Amino acid sequence: MTRLRRFARRNPTIVIGAVLLAVVTVLAVAAPLVAGDPMLLKPEDRLMPPGARYWLGTDHLGRDIYARTVFGARISLVVGLSVAVLSVAIGLGIGLAAGYWRRVDALVMRFMDGMMAIPAILLAIALVSLNKASVGIVIIAITIPEVPRVVRLVRAVVLTVREMPYIEAAVSGGSRGLKIVLRHILPSTVAPLIVQATYITASAILIEAGLSFLGAGVPPEIPTWGNMIAQSRLFVVRAPWTIFAPGTALALVILAVNLVGDGLRDFLDVRLARRM
Amino acid sequence: MAEPVLAVEDLRTHFFTQDGVTRAVDGLNFTVGAGETLGIVGESGCGKSVTALSVMRLLPAGLGRTVGGKVLFGGRDLLQLDEAQMRRIRGDRIAMIFQEPMTSLNPVLSVGEQIAESVMIHQGKTKAEAWARAAEMLALVRIADAERRVKDYPHQFSGGMRQRVMIAIALSCHPQLLIADEPTTALDVTIQAQILKLMIELKSRIGAAILLITHDLGVVAETCQRVVVMYAGRKVEEASVLDLFDRPLHPYTRGLMASIPRHRRAGPPPRRLQEIPGIVPNLRDPIAGCAFAPRCPLATARCTAEAPSLRSAGTHSVACWEVTP
Repeated sequence: MTRLRRFARRNPTIVIGAVLLAVVTVLAVAAPLVAGDPMLLKPEDRLMPPGARYWLGTDHLGRDIYARTVFGARISLVVGLSVAVLSVAIGLGIGLAAGYWRRVDALVMRFMDGMMAIPAILLAIALVSLNKASVGIVIIAITIPEVPRVVRLVRAVVLTVREMPYIEAAVSGGSRGLKIVLRHILPSTVAPLIVQATYITASAILIEAGLSFLGAGVPPEIPTWGNMIAQSRLFVVRAPWTIFAPGTALALVILAVNLVGDGLRDFLDVRLARRM
Repeated sequence: MAEPVLAVEDLRTHFFTQDGVTRAVDGLNFTVGAGETLGIVGESGCGKSVTALSVMRLLPAGLGRTVGGKVLFGGRDLLQLDEAQMRRIRGDRIAMIFQEPMTSLNPVLSVGEQIAESVMIHQGKTKAEAWARAAEMLALVRIADAERRVKDYPHQFSGGMRQRVMIAIALSCHPQLLIADEPTTALDVTIQAQILKLMIELKSRIGAAILLITHDLGVVAETCQRVVVMYAGRKVEEASVLDLFDRPLHPYTRGLMASIPRHRRAGPPPRRLQEIPGIVPNLRDPIAGCAFAPRCPLATARCTAEAPSLRSAGTHSVACWEVTP
């Protein structure tokens, strides 16, 4: 308990961010229990201000904004986490190979440079127009431009670590190339990757909201924060609460993820570790 | 003499850079007998470490290449082996200790894992057996409380202890040859003595031969039986330790000896320390004659024209026109 308290005192940003994220995650997972039907149309209750019946009011079709915001968290979290996991998984493998084997490097990095030039939004619009709009397509569209960033990060770590004397020592001990990479180099990439993953999560949530707002993301009837903001646009003067709830939720979650990321960066950075 | 453990014959290792070819090692011969400690001494850039890396076949890929000669180990020429065969030798039959104990251990793996790794690779032991062996090795290199400390990480060890861990890794598979590249250079003098003593003691216990690479004649005097003096990628003198310190022949060896500060209790105040004038030649330019000639007090016209060959009397050999072994 004292250790936990000490951790909290030294890393307030991680704790604040993590608590916020935990609350949002619990709400999202338990959405059907804590909120009503987000799709239910009640034309007679259109644009109701926040009150006892609808905590956060209703939108122009009479849907419960509280329910829609809570259900929207599900999409945001799923997209954020999936993009982070996918891009780290793909980028880690490619980055390790590119950093350690020079032949792979020359080929792969030119290709990655090309991929980085593709903006997520344009790619998503292209993919959605080729396929049916769905969460899966959005995840793929956001993941593709994130992969090269992970590759670059991992490759940079590998390039530094592979020149360290302990790698030469491991080679002189008779280890194979693959073993060197997986056992001796991979652990050094974990800390920067964890930090990068949080930033990817934040940016993926934001890009997903942007795509939905533009109508290039998740189909409009599904409650996502981007969709809600887009649909509230026309009523923002008459019913500002319609845009207030999803906007605040989005800002809070991004803030929480970034707080965790910043805190982890300081916490995991060996150069700062001495100060603890 | 019995069959040597390692016989290096006419080794030529060159570095191919944009500015030309650097002949880092140029026609080097030496042998290491079973259980023997051979020292290779010379100043920075004379090719000592490149020799070690050539034997281990660990030269930086794409830059350095061994272009000629043989490295005979147990009757096989290591230069002819394929990479997989070479890997089976590295860490098992020939092990290496590096100069920097602070950076030669992986900071994110516990020392036990790092010792157990080569045991698992070469002896096909299970994880549990390899860990037991790691603890055993740590105890052997006299790390107190070895059972518990195998799980510790390198940052929890001091420099001298880390070098002991490196020795534990190197000896974990009972190699026939241990190559130690400046093993004590980065350590305090008192720790140096401990580490050298430990190396020599464990060597005789395991029956390994040592190829000790150093620039420190004091270390050589303490530990080696025979010495090879290198200059500009070539051997200039070879002798038993006693012979070399009693009767250094090559002007370069004499210069090295003269540049060691000496303690004196009484007598005249110490004279100014001698240095060898000039600098090491650029190995990129072809060297005509003796490489040491430009810095040599004894140099004659012949020295700059014709390279001296190695002449020997008994076990003492020297490459110089002006002195006779």
